[in-house]
Amino acid sequence: MGTVTLRPPPARVPEAIARLRAGTVGNLARALAGNRKALVGSAMLAFFAFCALFPGVLAADDPNAEIYARGAAPSAAHLLGTTSYGQDVFSQLIWGTRQSLVIAVVVGGLATVLSVAIGVTAAYLGGIADDVLSLFTDVFLVIPAFPLIVVIAAYSKNGGDTILIAVLVATGWSYGARQLRSQALSLRSRDFLVAAKLRGERRWRIIVFEILPTMTSLIVANFLGAALYAVLAAAGLQFIGLGNPSSMSWGTMLYWAENNEALQAGMPLWAVMPGVAIAMLGGAFSLLNFAFDEIGNPALRPVRRARGRRHP
Amino acid sequence: MRYVLRRLGFFVVTLWSCLTINFVLPRLMPGNPAIAMMARFRGRVNGQVLHALEIAFGVNTRQSEIAQYFGYLGNTLTGHLGVSLTFFPNTVLQVVRSAILWTVVLVGVTTIIGFVLGTLIGMISGWRRGSKLDSILPPVFVVTSAFPYFFVALLLLLAFSITLGWTPLGFGYANTDTIGWTWHFVGDVLDHAILPACTILVTSIGGWILTMRNNMITTLAEDYVRMARAKGLSPARIMIDYAGRNAILPNLTGFAMSLGFVVSGAILVEYVFSYPGLGYMLLEAVQNEDFALMQTLFLLITIAVLVAILVVDFVTLVLDPRTRSEK
Repeated sequence: MGTVTLRPPPARVPEAIARLRAGTVGNLARALAGNRKALVGSAMLAFFAFCALFPGVLAADDPNAEIYARGAAPSAAHLLGTTSYGQDVFSQLIWGTRQSLVIAVVVGGLATVLSVAIGVTAAYLGGIADDVLSLFTDVFLVIPAFPLIVVIAAYSKNGGDTILIAVLVATGWSYGARQLRSQALSLRSRDFLVAAKLRGERRWRIIVFEILPTMTSLIVANFLGAALYAVLAAAGLQFIGLGNPSSMSWGTMLYWAENNEALQAGMPLWAVMPGVAIAMLGGAFSLLNFAFDEIGNPALRPVRRARGRRHP
Repeated sequence: MRYVLRRLGFFVVTLWSCLTINFVLPRLMPGNPAIAMMARFRGRVNGQVLHALEIAFGVNTRQSEIAQYFGYLGNTLTGHLGVSLTFFPNTVLQVVRSAILWTVVLVGVTTIIGFVLGTLIGMISGWRRGSKLDSILPPVFVVTSAFPYFFVALLLLLAFSITLGWTPLGFGYANTDTIGWTWHFVGDVLDHAILPACTILVTSIGGWILTMRNNMITTLAEDYVRMARAKGLSPARIMIDYAGRNAILPNLTGFAMSLGFVVSGAILVEYVFSYPGLGYMLLEAVQNEDFALMQTLFLLITIAVLVAILVVDFVTLVLDPRTRSEK
């Protein structure tokens, strides 16, 4: 064998790595733009974000004012009619966006942080630590979340939104942790991690700078899943009257509509529209989630001209 | 054997966590909310029953917390679950017994139908990728799976009960019925169950379709599928015995893991239809601040999910030879 010449490493390495990193985000953005499901999902989400930020632009009426005709049918003045308290349904719908969206984003974010912390740590540490953390995750995953939320909400009556968010985070992180753990496990023996370990990098550095960037799409998908869960669970809780009944949100609208038997009393829009809104917001999250699944796993992307290529 | 023991161990650990949650929660809350409930019991129940409730909720008792904990565990495991405030003077056990069958039949049967149907559709749409079926069903169900259960329930109620008047408004059977194994009664029960069942089906089936389809696509790229093709086996055989059988394994695990979500949704469905099952009773107990009943129901729902998971584990044992090998 010939002599091994030890060349100094190219000076540009850090920049090259930086470009690579920027490339991951850039690739993600490009993949998003090219995916129809992702586009539809983002557009819907953007619309809801606009409603949450500037509700006054779309609905000038005060959503709480009980000043209009009671139980009126839809008209030009009241696009979706009024409630049996004389509030404008359309206005309530628009103003209610904010709380639902905030809960979704905050719970989604916190739950994702928790599932990354627990899932990736478990996979990376291995051994007994992994066994304990995995068991912990599975137990949380299996205990039916909604009954648990109901029980906690029952004990802490009128506990406010902070408790609601805390409970949703506590019950919403486990699914993601499990997914992230198995993804991280499959990465553990890859060369670039071995190299990092040999370089003498510290553990947290390896986790944060080497493992996490490769899992971006899964982490985003987890955020979306947790946000979807939060929207549905919060609405369900408010619907059965365990939220704050004076808060302005879609779930609370449903609660009052159900209490006043809006369906039977000829005000179906009062009960149906908040549900439609929840379903649309949930649909936006779930479309984006589906798209990220496809981005993260190219095998799932829709095949074009599959017929011609089936038998190569 | 190892696998079976591990799964049984998981069952026990989860059950224990659940009991512990029940014990700790009322004590964690500022100003133990059970005190008010206990005040309503005073003078109505005999000493022994009252004592069991005091131990369970940590009210008026001079025992240490640890003694209370073991007392509570012992009482629960021996079936001393206390008295229901809502259905006084019935014990919690008696009350719960009347509701359990309704939920097991409604939620159990629809969940199994949903899983089987969803897995089949997912398998076929993964097999025929890009076909008409594949480009319509999965995206549609992505959207419906984001629908809140109670919203689908409300829509169906509005369409079929209120507008068309085809189905009853709610509850498990008509008030005028006498309960028994008569054709009339069974027909009536089915009549009342069809809307809740459809609700659970529509909202839960999407998840099974999607995961099965995705597993199927991953499995189809495996060498043994190519091998099967090269051998010239019939497409149906490759789809079911080679790809399908392997693709269903992660789906089964997923089934076990997402049962909790289905059950959670079923509670809301029961609420909308006033269906006399465990979920409706849970919310009733919450509204009446009947904590003993509420705790028991939470426990029971968890046990139901855990038992279903054990069943899935044994099915996996049959389907996946790897779980049987001793390592």
